[in-house]
Amino acid sequence: MISLAGRDILHSWAKFVFTGVGLGLLIGVTLTMAGVYRGMVDDAKVLLENSGADLWVVQKDTLGPYAEPSSLRDDIYRNLLGLPGVAAAANVTYLTMQVRRGDSDVRAMVVGITPGQPGEPGYLVAGRQLTRGHYEAVADVKTGFALGEVVRIRRHDYSVVGLTRRMVSSGGDPMLFIPLKDAQEAQFLKDNEAIRNDRARTAANPALNRPGVPGLLDAIQASQSSNHNVNTVLVRAAAGYAPETVAQEIRRWKHLQAYTRAQMEEILVAKLIATSARQIAMFLVILAIVSAAIVAFIIYTMTLGKIREIAVLKLIGTKSRTIAGMILQQALGLGLIGFAVGKVAATFWAPAFPKYVLLTPEDALRGFVAVMLICALASTLAIRAALRVDPATAIGG
Amino acid sequence: MNGTKLSANQSNRDAETPPLEKGGSGDFPTPADSGTPANPPRPPFEKGGSTSTEDAGILIEGLRKRYGAGDTAVDALKDVNMRVAPGEVVGLVGPSGSGKSTLLKCLGAVIEPSAGRMTLGGETIYDNAWKTRDLRALRRDRIGFVFQAPYLIPFLDVTDNVALLPMLSGRPNGEARRRAVELLEALDVAHRAKAQPSQLSGGEQQRVSIARALANQPPVILADEPTAPLDSERALGVMRILNQMASQYRTAIIVVTHDEKIIPTFKRIYHIRDGRTYEEAGEGRAL
Ligand SMILES: Nc1ncnc2c1ncn2[C@@H]1O[C@H](COP(=O)(O)OP(=O)(O)O)[C@@H](O)[C@H]1O
Ligand SMILES: [Mg+2]
Repeated sequence: MISLAGRDILHSWAKFVFTGVGLGLLIGVTLTMAGVYRGMVDDAKVLLENSGADLWVVQKDTLGPYAEPSSLRDDIYRNLLGLPGVAAAANVTYLTMQVRRGDSDVRAMVVGITPGQPGEPGYLVAGRQLTRGHYEAVADVKTGFALGEVVRIRRHDYSVVGLTRRMVSSGGDPMLFIPLKDAQEAQFLKDNEAIRNDRARTAANPALNRPGVPGLLDAIQASQSSNHNVNTVLVRAAAGYAPETVAQEIRRWKHLQAYTRAQMEEILVAKLIATSARQIAMFLVILAIVSAAIVAFIIYTMTLGKIREIAVLKLIGTKSRTIAGMILQQALGLGLIGFAVGKVAATFWAPAFPKYVLLTPEDALRGFVAVMLICALASTLAIRAALRVDPATAIGG
Repeated sequence: MNGTKLSANQSNRDAETPPLEKGGSGDFPTPADSGTPANPPRPPFEKGGSTSTEDAGILIEGLRKRYGAGDTAVDALKDVNMRVAPGEVVGLVGPSGSGKSTLLKCLGAVIEPSAGRMTLGGETIYDNAWKTRDLRALRRDRIGFVFQAPYLIPFLDVTDNVALLPMLSGRPNGEARRRAVELLEALDVAHRAKAQPSQLSGGEQQRVSIARALANQPPVILADEPTAPLDSERALGVMRILNQMASQYRTAIIVVTHDEKIIPTFKRIYHIRDGRTYEEAGEGRAL
């Protein structure tokens, strides 16, 4: 026996190819949407992994530092270092802001770190890590900054001494690492106008500006313009200590929250990326429905165009099952062309996306199965029409 | 008989071996026979030979068909009696609405008669009820259809349009195609074997459709106004081919027609009026 579906596809190949390409672009978009989600999850994982930390210590009752604001005094890390099982602990600040580069602004997440401590980027693609205390930066390549370039954060210039990659916030902003002290300053450094206003208000407050106490106002002004807060303390557990045990110890001790890497990942994926994921899921549903409608429409009209031939085929003894199989195979053939086009298209255009798009073979396989199921489902309309054809209609009325 | 082409006036009535039976490659299976002792199972493609014309060919007795029921019932066939011998071509002529299509559909096993008896190729297929459950296999293996338009399958080439039937009957592709090419040779269209149906002229298409009707070597061919769209010369050409094929393959052929050009070619004609058949001798003009 010959493949009736295959012959029909070869015979009207132009129709199949054009429809298949259209369908394929839709499938390509679908695969890319899934890739965007995978990319976000992967970004989160890589971010956590590259930080070199086992625990994230944040303000009590918060999901900080990424999903919620968290503020800690910057001397807490010393206390943590005294706990059993804590090998290293370091302050880290995060602040998303515009970084000035020449005449343009680059949106980046500025991360304040302590050189050599947890929180430092995991590896560099060029240059070196931060060493000096001040005004140096390590940038993610997605910022577009080059080695040796000078960029401006608030009122200070920083020179880029190192480049890293895959360090982006869950919002997709590339990270820029600077020394902790600089970051603390930048975080709370107000512009000149705001400083003058604050000074004036403090000076006008009789409780703070007592005529009989010289030096008090100056001390208060100084304390207000310096900042002793950080967003999180990253902790590395000592060998032989399970991170969760150390985390429990920290939680019990003082009013702090501590998350292990797995818990942090859960927060990032379930809380932070969840809305995007729902959005993407919504797109996937719509794309699936549109694809199904296209396949159903094309296969249905092609079948209606062959009603007379189907009547003849039935009259001369073709099984209904063979005819249904022919239509099903055509729908699957369309799906196959579409999937191939979609896979190639997605692979081709994924690198051009601003956010990381991670195309996994598992998603491709899932997509393939979904396309085949959708095509099979879409062919039922045409199959029903074909099965209703009466072979008697082949004999003239 | 050497080769598969026949000249127009060569008689093959008493041919012992039809050309497609060489080397036994041509014996196709028949569907499970349900013949009674009075109607012994008809061996495949031993046309003529041992089977008498009494039970081979086509035999219709007292066939009736009523559409619908109650007040709106239509008696499309009231009393149809026909007998067509193997190798014979008879005409079925009647005015519009006389029941020609209804009769073809009953014979073609796509609608069920209401009463009577039908025997095709020695096998009683209907005796007040269908005698076989697999009407699809019956149509595939025992009946060839030729329509007013060729109705070839547009996405199969000429060879596969013909080979499709043997393939549907379970023949291997190679064997089915060899048979198809032999038939195309017999019908003088072998040079178009690889062409698509859309590339053929109307006459070539009709010849391919006749080859398809013959592909499973059925004992019976039903032709529904096969010459209607053709001019006089081509219409007579189709009749010549049908007569040749009937002789060559010992096939009983009924040609439904009201085409004045071809009516004189029949030796016997059945007139059908108001659901009843009347037999008449035809001119039997040579083709
Ligand atoms: N499906 C049907 N239902 C009811 N009546 C029908 C049907 N088909 C045909 N008839 C009637 O049966 C009679 C014979 O029709 P038909 O066999 O088509 O005649 P012909 O082919 O000779 O023109 C007509 O009166 C027609 O109206
Ligand atoms: Mg009619």
